[in-house]
Amino acid sequence: MIAFTLNGAPARTDAAPFAPLSDTLRESLGLTGTKVGCEAGDCGACTVLIDGVQACACLVPTAQVEGAEITTIEMQSGEAGALLARLRAAFMAHGAAQCGICTPGMIMAAADLLLRDAAPDAQAVRDAIGGVLCRCTGYQKIVEAILAAAQGFAAVEQEAPAGGAVGASIARLDGWPKVLGTERYGADAAPADALWLRVVRSPHASARFTLGELDAARTRLGLTAILTSADVPGLNAFGIMPALKDQPVLADGFVRYRGEAVLALVGDRAAVEAVRDADLPITWQPLPALIGVAAARADGAPLLHAHAPGNILVQGRLARGNPDAAHATAAATAEGAFTTSFVEHAYIEPEAGHAIPREDGMDIIACTQAPYMDREEVARVLGTPEDSVRIIPSACGGGFGGKLDVSVQPLLAIAARRVNRPVRVTYSRTESMASSTKRHPAQMQARMSADAEGNFLAYTLEGDFNTGAYASWGPTVANRVPVHAAGPYRVPHVRAHARAVHTNEPPSGAFRGFGVPQAAIATESLVDDLALQLGMDRWDIRRRNALTRGDATHSGQVLHASAGLPECLDALKPDWDAMLAKVAAHNADNPRHRLGAGIACMWYGCGNTSMSNPSRIRATLARDGRLTLWNGAVDIGQGSTTVIAQIFADALGLPVAALTIVTGDTALTHDAGKTSASRQTFVSGRAAMQAGQALRAQILKLANAGDDARISLAGTTLTITDSAGAARGIDLATLPADLDAEGRYDPPTTALDADGQGIPYATYGFAAQIALVRVDTQLGTVKVEEIVAAQDVGRAINPDLVLGQIHGGIAQGLGLALMEEYIPGRTENLHDYLIPTAGDVPPIRIHLVEDPEPEGPYGAKGVGEPALVPTAPAILGAIRHATGVRVTRVPVLPHRLWEAMR
Amino acid sequence: MTRYHRPATLTEALSIRASEDVAILAGATDIYPASANRRAWGDPTHKDVLDITAIPGLRDITETPHGFRLGCLVTWSQVARADLPKQFDGLRQAARHVGGVQVQNRGTILGNLVTASPAGDGIPNLLALDTSVEVAGPNGTRMMPVADFLTGYRATALARDEIALALHIAKMPRAVSGFRKLGARHYLVISIAMVAGVVDIDENGRILMARLSIGACTATAQRLPALEGELRGTSLYHADKVPEARHLDHLAPIDDIRATAAYRRDAALRLLRDLLWELGE
Ligand SMILES: Cc1cc2nc3c(=O)[nH]c(=O)nc-3n(C[C@@H](O)[C@@H](O)[C@H](O)COP(=O)(O)OP(=O)(O)OC[C@H]3O[C@@H](n4cnc5c(N)ncnc54)[C@H](O)[C@@H]3O)c2cc1C
Ligand code: FES
Ligand code: FES
Repeated sequence: MIAFTLNGAPARTDAAPFAPLSDTLRESLGLTGTKVGCEAGDCGACTVLIDGVQACACLVPTAQVEGAEITTIEMQSGEAGALLARLRAAFMAHGAAQCGICTPGMIMAAADLLLRDAAPDAQAVRDAIGGVLCRCTGYQKIVEAILAAAQGFAAVEQEAPAGGAVGASIARLDGWPKVLGTERYGADAAPADALWLRVVRSPHASARFTLGELDAARTRLGLTAILTSADVPGLNAFGIMPALKDQPVLADGFVRYRGEAVLALVGDRAAVEAVRDADLPITWQPLPALIGVAAARADGAPLLHAHAPGNILVQGRLARGNPDAAHATAAATAEGAFTTSFVEHAYIEPEAGHAIPREDGMDIIACTQAPYMDREEVARVLGTPEDSVRIIPSACGGGFGGKLDVSVQPLLAIAARRVNRPVRVTYSRTESMASSTKRHPAQMQARMSADAEGNFLAYTLEGDFNTGAYASWGPTVANRVPVHAAGPYRVPHVRAHARAVHTNEPPSGAFRGFGVPQAAIATESLVDDLALQLGMDRWDIRRRNALTRGDATHSGQVLHASAGLPECLDALKPDWDAMLAKVAAHNADNPRHRLGAGIACMWYGCGNTSMSNPSRIRATLARDGRLTLWNGAVDIGQGSTTVIAQIFADALGLPVAALTIVTGDTALTHDAGKTSASRQTFVSGRAAMQAGQALRAQILKLANAGDDARISLAGTTLTITDSAGAARGIDLATLPADLDAEGRYDPPTTALDADGQGIPYATYGFAAQIALVRVDTQLGTVKVEEIVAAQDVGRAINPDLVLGQIHGGIAQGLGLALMEEYIPGRTENLHDYLIPTAGDVPPIRIHLVEDPEPEGPYGAKGVGEPALVPTAPAILGAIRHATGVRVTRVPVLPHRLWEAMR
Repeated sequence: MTRYHRPATLTEALSIRASEDVAILAGATDIYPASANRRAWGDPTHKDVLDITAIPGLRDITETPHGFRLGCLVTWSQVARADLPKQFDGLRQAARHVGGVQVQNRGTILGNLVTASPAGDGIPNLLALDTSVEVAGPNGTRMMPVADFLTGYRATALARDEIALALHIAKMPRAVSGFRKLGARHYLVISIAMVAGVVDIDENGRILMARLSIGACTATAQRLPALEGELRGTSLYHADKVPEARHLDHLAPIDDIRATAAYRRDAALRLLRDLLWELGE
């Protein structure tokens, strides 16, 4: 027995002395507010106070807390409790929690600081939280919240009145559980009798394997089951594309990447966790692996899949005008080859969940971005009808595209079916990184031309996107890139060609921007080249060519509305001029530490490319007075639950506070599509607006009132007041049935022809960013000092949430530019794979531009992905401005920049 | 299953150490990540553990007439906050940049040394401080200079039955010191290259003795004897002009995911000059 004080009360545990404290708190003592993101000290999600100072609970043997005082996020009493209450309120008010998985650790690290230093400055705050990673927020709002808490912040949430929700920065509706530590993520709740599952994965990038006597092994190892591909009752395959289910749930004698699932071990926890892979009867025959697209496209390279000749999964193409002729006659032409790396999503919550078998079906509770697609995939794998599978999303500790594909779901389903017991699984950090999808590494050859006045004439791109071992979202990237590649500019002659190429590397899938950030690195660099050749300012050349209302895009789509790039650039102009002046003044007498300014633009189509992607949202007003919004959209931290409620509330005419919200449960809500492609505010938001309007119409009809009437709800009494002030009450209890309304929206698009011409998206987000960097020209290190962003969001439904999305996108763009590089077998954890810390993300200023989108709810369109796109190219432009070196490969690690400067 | 010993006396700890094959555990900030790494690829086993943190008297920083003794459980945070003379400035800077505050609060300087990672931030500082390691074994204690204690990549001269008890550092009242670490992000970053220096000067700023070392460039951190020799007798205020590429010729830097060998060689030289410039300020 180990005895200690836990949150002010005596506690004892019989946990193993070597069990990390994080595990003891969560599994033995039931305090799941302390999160686990890595078990290696790298993420800080598990931060607690031990005798008043912060420590990573995953690095502390339970034995060492004998006699110690432990404080966790669940602490409510005493001085620490009061401080935590202030921090929680400040995190809520400042929007400092997005997905919330880092929030308990952040709050505890902040508490450590404030207990010792009541009035810290921002630098002290960053130092204190430097050991806690956040992948969502870019840290700015976290630092603000901690400073506010230090100043005694205790504000209550602001509430928006009926009809005034849209445009109000109300605190996120799902926020309190995140700051209290009561939110349930994938690993936080499972039935007590659940068995544990561990996946055995291939250590080889390409290999055949044979299995020996599994039954004997199972008995010897005390396991309940060892599952192989033969145990998949339905189709042993999954995949995003409707007609391409190419990835096995468990490999069948052949693996195509390091990290591919081979066996699933099921049993009680101790037995499962004791198994060494070396004790399993697997015989490997490693095969030569295709690493990189050059190897995969080489003559005679072995084929990964029979359906992908030449290892080319798909090609996307766009052609307009005659770019070759235009290049040939242009006043200025720029050209370059650009390379990007695998980028890991690095959500702080590794994949986790559990399955509960029912007599007539299966419940899966797991973190996800796409519950309806999970349901399809699980049903296919089980060989059962879709409606027998219920997906109940847990809270999602970050996704960014990486939780669009199924991960744990099919494995849990087949295991729970087989053992007929609940089964749970939590991936380790390395397992998550090795097995999950990545951003496509790109190799791009691009060329761009302009006339003597700087008008763009032609653009051509050949891009190979390394899609890894399985298709995942490869086709989407191959289609999205050609549409966006030439950038948000008028370019009459365009040819863009993108290939998704299979290799023996991790499957590349969806990641914030679907290939557009990679293409923007190439294109924006060429735009800078053209400006340089023509002696133009880099802002001027972009402003001159910026797409605006009435222009046709490269796919021939005329932008009738909501194309605010010129406004974004205009908003940045004073900042740009000031930045250039600052750079010039500084560099005049600083030969070594040089400043540089960079600028980049982007556009991004909201919703799926030329595909139906409808959302259906339902609302009911029951006879007991309960007003429920049945919202199938999953909030992965970006705030859709809040934004969709704001839209719905205003459309209906009741305050957000009157709503009960049910989200993303396939048994309760309608399909609101995937949380991807920056579509939830735009598409599901529009459906919610229509649901609100429909419910309002029903209410007004009951009262025979005109559309300008006001509605209020108290208990079961609805009061409808017309414009003259006459009020009419309706007792809901007397109605024959509940009121039930629905909204459905599918953005209007058309198929693209063979030349990529058509209407791929109903609307586009636009943005521009400028970056100021400081380069140590001797060491090749780059520090981003400032970023100013301007983004056309149509309408900011919740401005604070929008700012949070932009901050987070910028932080990820900074990582892409300067430090992130996933190398299988080498950077499979969060100390070798670097993501920005609180010390890396600079101050960010944002100009919101609102050029309303008539299709969108209250003019809104997507914001989630766009913010990431311009950041890396703006930073690269700034590095070049500082050093004169055009970098063509990201990440720009110090040694790469140093080499480029030689 | 892993057995876990947490004795309350050194004698008991030494007898466990002598009779069993155990891994010594102090702050555990290297032990757990290493074990998570192995577990991730299918090896959940762990050696039996000898946790030395319940033994009293190992956490102190004590001053003797000749020097300082850092007990083996002294953490980075303790060093960062301790009232120590300027000769410790380099180690103190390292202490503030190791991992995040959580790791600084529990990780020990001695654990960092025993791990003997090329990127251990404490090691170049201990070399520059000319530290000796006090090692206890079945036959009593022995003292060993850090340079001898480190025998290679993640290897030390510690015998299977020994426990490192403390670090000893001689007093240098006038010495100044510093540390420069280079990495690809701000917090929580493993060094690509680092330099540490302790320089003793006379009242006119003339260098009486300089000890400089470079880490993360070679399998174990290295002193720079040739440069140290040339610095002796020169003015600290011009010392940054002295280092040249030839002073690093005996190093064979490594190529890895974090940087190339050529870059490391050049960066180390620049860091050295920066460090000496800063000490001369
Ligand atoms: C997130 C994170 C970031 C980090 N960042 C850095 C960094 O920037 N720079 C850096 O240098 N390090 C870094 N480290 C590693 C650093 O924390 C460790 O090297 C630490 O100092 C080791 O001390 P410990 O007490 O935790 O050792 P432990 O993990 O307890 O032990 C480490 C090794 O030393 C042995 N050992 C410990 N004490 C003794 C003793 N008294 N006698 C004999 N053997 C002993 C153990 O058996 C083990 O082999 C980081 C670690 C983490 C988790
Ligand atoms: S879980 Fe402890 S630091 Fe990541
Ligand atoms: S809010 Fe910090 S990781 Fe999601």
